[in-house]
Amino acid sequence: MTLLTVIVLGALLICAVATCIAKDLLVSVIIFLAYSLLMSILWILLQSPDLAITEAAVGAGVTGILFFITLKKLHAIKVKNDEEKDR
Amino acid sequence: MKKKIADILRQRFYGDESPLDEDMIASLGEQPQGLTRSSNEALEALEGVRELRVQRAQEQEHEMYRQIHAWSYSSGVKIIQRLYRILSAVTCFGIVMFLLWTVNTLPPFGDPGNPDNNEVAARYVELGPGETGAVNMVTGMILDYRAFDTFGEATVLFTAACSALFLLKLHDHKDGKPTKTWLEAEYDDRFHEPKNDQILQFAAKLLTPVVLLFGFYVVLNGHITPGGGFSGGAIMGAGLILYLNAYGFKKTERFFTYRTFQWVTFAALLSYAGLKSYSFYTGANHLESGVSLGVPGNILSAGFILPLNICVGLVVMCTMYVFYTLIRKGGV
Repeated sequence: MTLLTVIVLGALLICAVATCIAKDLLVSVIIFLAYSLLMSILWILLQSPDLAITEAAVGAGVTGILFFITLKKLHAIKVKNDEEKDR
Repeated sequence: MKKKIADILRQRFYGDESPLDEDMIASLGEQPQGLTRSSNEALEALEGVRELRVQRAQEQEHEMYRQIHAWSYSSGVKIIQRLYRILSAVTCFGIVMFLLWTVNTLPPFGDPGNPDNNEVAARYVELGPGETGAVNMVTGMILDYRAFDTFGEATVLFTAACSALFLLKLHDHKDGKPTKTWLEAEYDDRFHEPKNDQILQFAAKLLTPVVLLFGFYVVLNGHITPGGGFSGGAIMGAGLILYLNAYGFKKTERFFTYRTFQWVTFAALLSYAGLKSYSFYTGANHLESGVSLGVPGNILSAGFILPLNICVGLVVMCTMYVFYTLIRKGGV
């Protein structure tokens, strides 16, 4: 187990805990995306590049977009006031 | 008055001959006063007692409810919240402990004596490139040895897309006119989504061709380098979603409509099924397709793996993109 693996695993644990205890849903989703990105690095370290590509594209890309749009539909993302004035 | 009542009664019931004599007739309209008053008083007293009893019962009930409410608002919520926290912590801890215990009993990572290093894996590694023509063993496995499983996966994806369509698709046209819900959804989308965002548009202008090209590369080189239909399709879908986010539906409608999704998915799944249908006639043996495998490592090699990868990639790309548009607006 190299130093990089240990660092990535530690960051993975921190991300996993932070996803659960984050108060804001948007922050939680962003941390979850970071978790997916770290996971794809870990897949490369475990010598399975196929999974790494899929994890990066699905976990960090498409899942995040779907989560964001769901939060928007639920009005969980607050719009800033100055943007509302411009409209 | 009394006479009139008596006459009417007599005529109605007895004709002219009445069994009632004059005194009875005379007393017909009179109230038996003493009796009535006393009975009224008794009734009123009874009513009063009953009302009092009902009132007292109601007060008791209200008091009980008030107490329950007060309890549930003060200590009940606290108790249930604490119970919920304790239970969730215990459940989480239990699952984590169970998984850690399972991991502990696993054989060490990368040990040559592990049970997964058996003759099956050895055979795939030794004969795989020769039998399938694919240098990337993962693709050789999922699109040649296990091609039928992958076909099932593509069908699962297609079924998921169909269910999402049933649930989320808005009827855009009825009798040649756009429906009200569709117009509302379009207005809502135009109002709330980013438009003419300089940073996003510049980023999309730079990134979209690169992302799409990388997706194509991953799909086309699925049998040589890591990747394949699913990952490449997901990358291309992400590129399309980025382009849509930057430029809006007006631009994407020029090359990707609902009809495009229908035809591309239909054609890709049909050609996948057609390309793999020969295994029905070779006794479920997917390897002998009759197409030459070529030189492993070349782009045009590995028999049917390249067209199958393209089919899977197209299905995944369209499904990703249409999922996004369905959730965002309710249609492409």
